[in-house]
Amino acid sequence: MASIELTGIHKTYPNGAIAVRGVDMNIDDGNFIVFVGPSGCGKSTLLRMIAGLENITSGTIKISDRVINDVSPADRDVAMVFQNYALYPHMSVRGNMSYGLKNRGLPKTEINDKVEEAAKMLRIYDFLDRQPNQLSGGQRQRVAMGRAIVREPKVFLFDEPLSNLDAKLRVQMRIEIKRLQRRMGVTSIYVTHDQTEAMTLADSLAVINQGKIEQMGPPIELYENPATLFVASFIGLPQINLINVRFDGKKLNNGEVSLGGFKGLPTDTDLVLGIRPDTLSEAKPAKLKLRVDLVERHGAENLIYGTLIGADIADEDATEFCFKSDQHDLPDIGSTLKLNFDPKQAFVFKKSNGERLV
Amino acid sequence: MQNINWRLISTHTILIIGVLFMSLPVWVAFATSTHAPETILRNGLQFWPGGHFFETYNEVLFVEGGVMKKVTALAMLKNSLILGVGFAVGKVVISMLAAYAIVYFRFRLAVPLFWVIFMTLLLPLEVRIIPSFQVVSGLGLLDTHTGLIVPLIASATGTFFFRQFFRSVPDELLEAARLDGATPWRFFVDILIPLSKTMIAAILIIMFVVGWNQYLWPLIMTTKEENYTLVIGIKQIYQILAEGGELPQYQKAFALTILATLPPVLVVLVFQNWFVKGLVESEK
Repeated sequence: MASIELTGIHKTYPNGAIAVRGVDMNIDDGNFIVFVGPSGCGKSTLLRMIAGLENITSGTIKISDRVINDVSPADRDVAMVFQNYALYPHMSVRGNMSYGLKNRGLPKTEINDKVEEAAKMLRIYDFLDRQPNQLSGGQRQRVAMGRAIVREPKVFLFDEPLSNLDAKLRVQMRIEIKRLQRRMGVTSIYVTHDQTEAMTLADSLAVINQGKIEQMGPPIELYENPATLFVASFIGLPQINLINVRFDGKKLNNGEVSLGGFKGLPTDTDLVLGIRPDTLSEAKPAKLKLRVDLVERHGAENLIYGTLIGADIADEDATEFCFKSDQHDLPDIGSTLKLNFDPKQAFVFKKSNGERLV
Repeated sequence: MQNINWRLISTHTILIIGVLFMSLPVWVAFATSTHAPETILRNGLQFWPGGHFFETYNEVLFVEGGVMKKVTALAMLKNSLILGVGFAVGKVVISMLAAYAIVYFRFRLAVPLFWVIFMTLLLPLEVRIIPSFQVVSGLGLLDTHTGLIVPLIASATGTFFFRQFFRSVPDELLEAARLDGATPWRFFVDILIPLSKTMIAAILIIMFVVGWNQYLWPLIMTTKEENYTLVIGIKQIYQILAEGGELPQYQKAFALTILATLPPVLVVLVFQNWFVKGLVESEK
């Protein structure tokens, strides 16, 4: 059990690449924190610095009020689960799980008890004497977690632990990890680029971009109240619809599309309007007209993709407009949908720096 | 069908010729070694075994002065084994440790140092044999097993193979071990060595054969007969044959040759599974 405190963390690699640029963060005891961000954003580096596998260029890391900058990984009392499991291939499951305890000089009987207890908890008791290469991916991942659990560390670190599993297993393991963490109450940090994992696992979610924390808070808050354009576009599936607009004092305009209901926005700069696909509805009067060109049927819902009629979509990276509808709504390809939305549920960002205005 | 049969026949013919070409001399040596010296002198090389197998081999192996003046083949066999095993084990130990340092420890000049080691491949023993001899004799190690083995055990090839292998071991294993509280030494012993098992076996086998067949160094190093290795013994006995003066003991020379080829063959036969595994696969 431990709280973690990061202050002014920077990381510059010897080749000059800057991975982390100034991270401050407090993680309360027992919290489950998820670092999420695109690849190369520095989230793994940050995790590895906490683990002690990377040097810290500047800043301090405290675990339970103890500065651990120069403490060796083994003495930080953290355990880590790796993406590729990193099981010792020549040791049995039991050997893998007990190795850390053996190195700490625990008596054999105690090691055995702990390993067996953890194995029961993770439902790998029957595999204790197998070699890792005789196990399936999910079982290997369980062993990797078992190896972390038996140590009874103050902090769990997960580095994209589910990325190598197939989709079904990933969902199952995700639930197990969450349950396990609840049960054990150990402070945990989990790195992922999968936003479903991020949303579902986190007590608190830190969106990291270019070595900085864009926003940190409970997942639902980040979803409903993103602080920046990056957070809004990163969190939420299907992705938020973004439209380049300008404000003329009364309305937001893009080509022939003109949307009212906004106030107090600057008129001298490019803006981005963000509308979540699930806040749109088919209704009159139509604020937006969508020409349908693709319908994805997901079962309980349909995702309808198309282009906005009248909008000036010169912007090359503007994604297709998406509207989330229920399963009975099956418009023809090429037909036009009339959509409405509540301006209060939409976000407006400054295009230049991604800052949220409304 | 006709075509395929012809193909089979021709390829097999070539293979069989190859096998005969390689193994017939060995067979002839063995067959000849089981004859009495008079038969050999009268009729030349023999293609079928004769009736003197036990006689010849018993004398070569166990009777001092049977071949050489003071030493039996058994004693030479022992010397050869010590050289072969010491050579192989020494090479594996030294090159593993060197590769471990080069791959896992960040120190200045690690890369240039590796290439310096690698470049010693260009300097075989023959090039440095005089300085090596001087060093060994200066240390008073002439005619000792230590002096025989130690100057030979630095191995660029071994270091290179282990370096390549260690580099292919995923970094996460090291990281997991560090988090598990393993010291560098424990990581080496508990993780790296077991992972390199097949690799170690392969190198041990190759190096054993190479060590067993060492000729020039033992020739220079050993002055007393009781320190001769089998290979040197063969050289000496053939020399006696050439110089004459006694009734030529051809059958003993052949027996000694056969004895000298047996251990490497046995080692390769027994360990061939490991050997192939070590060369082609690596489970990680």
